[in-house]
Amino acid sequence: MEHMIRLDELTKRFPGQLAVDSVSMDIPEGEIVVFVGPSGCGKTTTLKMINRLIEPTSGRIFLEDEDVTRINADRLRRRIGYVIQQIGLFPHMTIASNIATVPRTLGWDKQRIAERVDELLELVGMDPEAYRDRYPKELSGGQNQRVGVARALAADPAVMLMDEPFGAVDPITRERLQNEFLRLQDEVNKTICFVTHDVDEAIKMGDRIAIFGDDHGIQQFDTPEMILSHPANEFVEDFLGSGAALKRLHLRRVREVALTAWPAAGVAEDRDTLREKLEDSEQSFLLLLDEQRQPVRWVSRRDLERGEGRMADRGLPVAAIIEPHATLHDALDEMITSNVGCAVVVDREGAYQGVVDIDPVMTAVNTLRAELRERLAVGSWHAVPTETVEEGTS
Amino acid sequence: MSITAADTDLMQQPAPEAEPRSALGRLLRDPGRVWGYIGIPIVVVASWIAVYRWIAGLELDSIEQRWLNADRVSRAIIEHIQLSLAATVLVIVIAVPLGIMLTRPFAKPLTPLFIGLANIGQAIPSVGLLFFLALPFLLGIGPRTAIVGVVAYCLLPVLRNTMVGIQQVDRALIEAGRGMGLTRGAVLARIELPLAVPVILAGIRTALILTVGTMVLATFINAGGLGDLINGGIVNNRTPVLLTGAVLTAGLALLIDWIAGIAEEVLRPRGL
Repeated sequence: MEHMIRLDELTKRFPGQLAVDSVSMDIPEGEIVVFVGPSGCGKTTTLKMINRLIEPTSGRIFLEDEDVTRINADRLRRRIGYVIQQIGLFPHMTIASNIATVPRTLGWDKQRIAERVDELLELVGMDPEAYRDRYPKELSGGQNQRVGVARALAADPAVMLMDEPFGAVDPITRERLQNEFLRLQDEVNKTICFVTHDVDEAIKMGDRIAIFGDDHGIQQFDTPEMILSHPANEFVEDFLGSGAALKRLHLRRVREVALTAWPAAGVAEDRDTLREKLEDSEQSFLLLLDEQRQPVRWVSRRDLERGEGRMADRGLPVAAIIEPHATLHDALDEMITSNVGCAVVVDREGAYQGVVDIDPVMTAVNTLRAELRERLAVGSWHAVPTETVEEGTS
Repeated sequence: MSITAADTDLMQQPAPEAEPRSALGRLLRDPGRVWGYIGIPIVVVASWIAVYRWIAGLELDSIEQRWLNADRVSRAIIEHIQLSLAATVLVIVIAVPLGIMLTRPFAKPLTPLFIGLANIGQAIPSVGLLFFLALPFLLGIGPRTAIVGVVAYCLLPVLRNTMVGIQQVDRALIEAGRGMGLTRGAVLARIELPLAVPVILAGIRTALILTVGTMVLATFINAGGLGDLINGGIVNNRTPVLLTGAVLTAGLALLIDWIAGIAEEVLRPRGL
């Protein structure tokens, strides 16, 4: 099987209005393809034609090399996970029954369904014991969104369609959900079509991006790197907006760059040890960690000398904390708002790993640019394997 | 995937309080409502006892004795309940499936027709409708006619509430269901109907009260019920008879409304 999904000149005409104009696209297995474009460009219509919630006027859809344009639509949809912006959890069903919707329709036995529900809740980071018998209104927006994803994954479909899945949550929750989803995708490795109107989200989430234009067709379908460096036309350029170099930082993750070691010490250590550590370093701030090695305060020499009180109350609180799977764009954002000009990286348990300052970000920008130039000169373009990047930046 | 620090934050967001799981728990959730649930039967029974004691202390003449004896009164009550229940069951059996059908896309063009008919049923004065149906060449007099007339009169609230209840279901839920591969029928049975239950029940409750009240008119076409007592009291100019019929009817309507209210609370899907 070469491509998981193939769209062949898919067209949708609503009465008196063209919605999608002859879209053809090959979507490789295991990739996230993001449909992005202005309102009314046909991106959502195209998505909904893949599971035939909207029937195409003409053209054909292939799933795993099988022509599914005419087969039973209900049975087709049970093979495709579907997540919508409003999440659409059924309010009168428990979390477990919501997740069990498709398996039950497929006639799985109770035991198998119960096991699958627990497995999925754990997969999206929710304790099955605590959540399976709750109702959607008893959960927060972010939790409901995870359940929505779990429900779409229930029958282990090879393909998932996501229609602005993170559009209805606040920006902080959205960023967490995006990162979590990328981590989840590393595990489940689905073929995903993802609609958004947010360019930054598209660049962050997409292995490939399809930019839809006002003419209801695809303006450019390529990897984020290529789209950022070589926009196909003026429309794409305008749509991307300014700061393509900055946006490219979405393409690199913190775990891919070398972290800077920063002088750090336990909050309980005595003042002389702390002073010594600070003096041994070239930095003007010392990072204090608590018993779990979680960063708590930045202290300067002045903070160390001055006053009595507990060490944990001195200096400045640590605000800019990121995880290794955050993008360099996130890191830069945090860095700028941080009071010491760098972002602290912690692992999944929140323990201190190192810091990122401006240098690796600059290196990454330069490397990305050089890589592109090289690949274009060679004339063969493939998606950038992430392994090669670390050598370039370290 | 293990749970990260960020996840833990997310988990600790205050989630709304869990709903009491038992029906009784939900009934008792709101202390103000508890008084409503206890108060109404107390008021009804107290008023019945008061009227009984008042009548027991009266010297009844022969006409009053003919009306106010245990046999006559209990027969009137039973007839009234039977007629009302039969009419309500018919209303539900006709109006709920009809309402469901009219929300299906294929029946859209028929909607104005049926809503119009139901409107006519309710707009015509109920006495007029009953007398009309009782014409010898139509249905004639008797309980059957009374039930048909009252059904026609009480159809609208159930029909309209069934339709509104289904139409107000969030389109996103239906799209989610269809998008996951549920058939139209499964979406109706598993999503639309359960979510419409509260609104449909409210319609049935309205219809029940309307039925109990309107069934008083059954007496005029010789179909029995508590209307016999009220009408008998009026035509014979006997206030105790009239009052007994009136208080029993009002109390019955209140009690049925009370039972329907509890049923609404218990049958409402959890999680809403």
